[in-house]
Amino acid sequence: MQNTAIDVRDLSKKYGDRLAVSHANFSVPMGSICGFVGPNGSGKTTTIRMLLGLISPTTGDGHVLGEDISQPEKYLPQVGAMIEGPAFYPALTGKQNLVVLAKLGGFNIESVQGLLEKVGLGDRGDSKYKTYSLGMKQRLGIAAALLPKPKLLVLDEPTNGLDPAGIQEVRALLRQLADDGSTIFVSSHLLSEIEMICDQLVMLREGKVIFTGKTSELLAAQQPVVVAKPEHMNDLTKLAEIAKSLGHQATVLDDAVHVKGEKNFAAELNKAAFAAGVTLASLAPIQASLEETFFEMTGDK
Amino acid sequence: MFKVMRAELVKLRRPSLSVSTIAAVTFITGLVTSLLYLLVDSPTGNAREGTRISREILQLPSGLSLSFSNAAGLLGVVALCIFAAQTAQEYTYGTLRNLLVRQPSRMKVLLGKLGAMKLFAIVMVTFSAILGFTLSYILAGVKDVSTAAWGTSDARADALRTFVNVLIATIGYGIFGMILGLLFRSPISAISIGVIWNLIIEGLLSVFITNLAKYFPGQLLSVVAQGGTKDISYQYALITSYSILLTGLAIVAVLFKRRDVSN
Repeated sequence: MQNTAIDVRDLSKKYGDRLAVSHANFSVPMGSICGFVGPNGSGKTTTIRMLLGLISPTTGDGHVLGEDISQPEKYLPQVGAMIEGPAFYPALTGKQNLVVLAKLGGFNIESVQGLLEKVGLGDRGDSKYKTYSLGMKQRLGIAAALLPKPKLLVLDEPTNGLDPAGIQEVRALLRQLADDGSTIFVSSHLLSEIEMICDQLVMLREGKVIFTGKTSELLAAQQPVVVAKPEHMNDLTKLAEIAKSLGHQATVLDDAVHVKGEKNFAAELNKAAFAAGVTLASLAPIQASLEETFFEMTGDK
Repeated sequence: MFKVMRAELVKLRRPSLSVSTIAAVTFITGLVTSLLYLLVDSPTGNAREGTRISREILQLPSGLSLSFSNAAGLLGVVALCIFAAQTAQEYTYGTLRNLLVRQPSRMKVLLGKLGAMKLFAIVMVTFSAILGFTLSYILAGVKDVSTAAWGTSDARADALRTFVNVLIATIGYGIFGMILGLLFRSPISAISIGVIWNLIIEGLLSVFITNLAKYFPGQLLSVVAQGGTKDISYQYALITSYSILLTGLAIVAVLFKRRDVSN
């Protein structure tokens, strides 16, 4: 049994003079939930399309479920995918749309109703797709991706258009699928969601992979931040200067000073501020979130 | 390929498409048959391009299928629109990516689509034939056209031959629509270019330039539906029209196979 669900080596895609994906190298372990993040236009969808055999790479190669991406017919029957949002026939009902895909893939048509219920569309399966809300369309897209009982599920922005309850349901569904042994490769702009559910991460910027590995490793590698709020707002700049004078990088963000430093620096900063006549309203060491890390690494703020 | 065909039939059976196709075929067959019989005594003619099909011709064994074969060109336009729309809509709806994820062999997708649409064309032409024959009997009674020869084995053989010819022509028009759908990747562009080409450009150029009809697929398919004319033989029309169409289809199939699916 292979250990990697996706393995990409030196993969590139060039459109004219523009490199949409540049020499990408990453792998996704079997059974993991892997987040695929990057700013708009960083090459996420192009990479996903190459993995699904929709576009051919300019250079490099890749393997999905142990099979070469130049032969998608060997692995796609075990892959579920939703690429760039849901796309269905507006004049057909939700159920008919799934039946079309089930017949096409040779999957059991009896499973269609169960899948509709699984994604919360059990009572709307007979409504035409054109009458669906964005959230319902998204749910149908997820149901379509689940048709093959996939070993690998590739989802591009699966929570787009969903309300908070829907996002929570999708999160629970992905966890359940991972627990059942599926590998999930998911791209999303909701970094807090990615941080919550993904144990692995691939980060892209301008077509290049800038991080690949465990989410926990990425976050642990980030320097912690001490957030200090002065009692009086006009002490903000003074407090930042104090932190800088102690040899730390400090920035004023909203109503607080963010100082890069370990947990124990908080006490030192507190003493220095007190000595300079600045009273602190709050002082808390925090670990950088994925969102902060993402912005720092991609320079996308 | 058969999986693709079965999936395509779900789409082709949708009420909006099947009802509008039945309506269009009923209108076309009804109009052509009514004009043929109700204007049988009109000196300005009762068939294509003002030609006159007399009562004596209608009474022949071949008279039964005349209305049906006269409707072939318009049935072809309906087929062209359906084949073009069914192909090009995969691009505009973005559903092509779903199809290719579930069936990565692009040639199977193409052949399966073509197979399903051929079945649809068979149903459409059969419906038109039944309607045309029924209306012919009814209107023959109204206009005192004798139907004695229509029950003979000659009439049955002619009706079958006409059915096959009209079907071949209709599928040919459909293939033309499919080529345009794959080429332009937009139903509106494919249908408008196809209809303008068939009804206006081919028609006009053939009128002004002698012998040009011999090289236009639309004109040749019309000849196939009629079983040949005095200027163009059936065999020539069939071989030339299908050679042009199948070459075109092979070229767009290569494009379809190689093109990145990025929408």
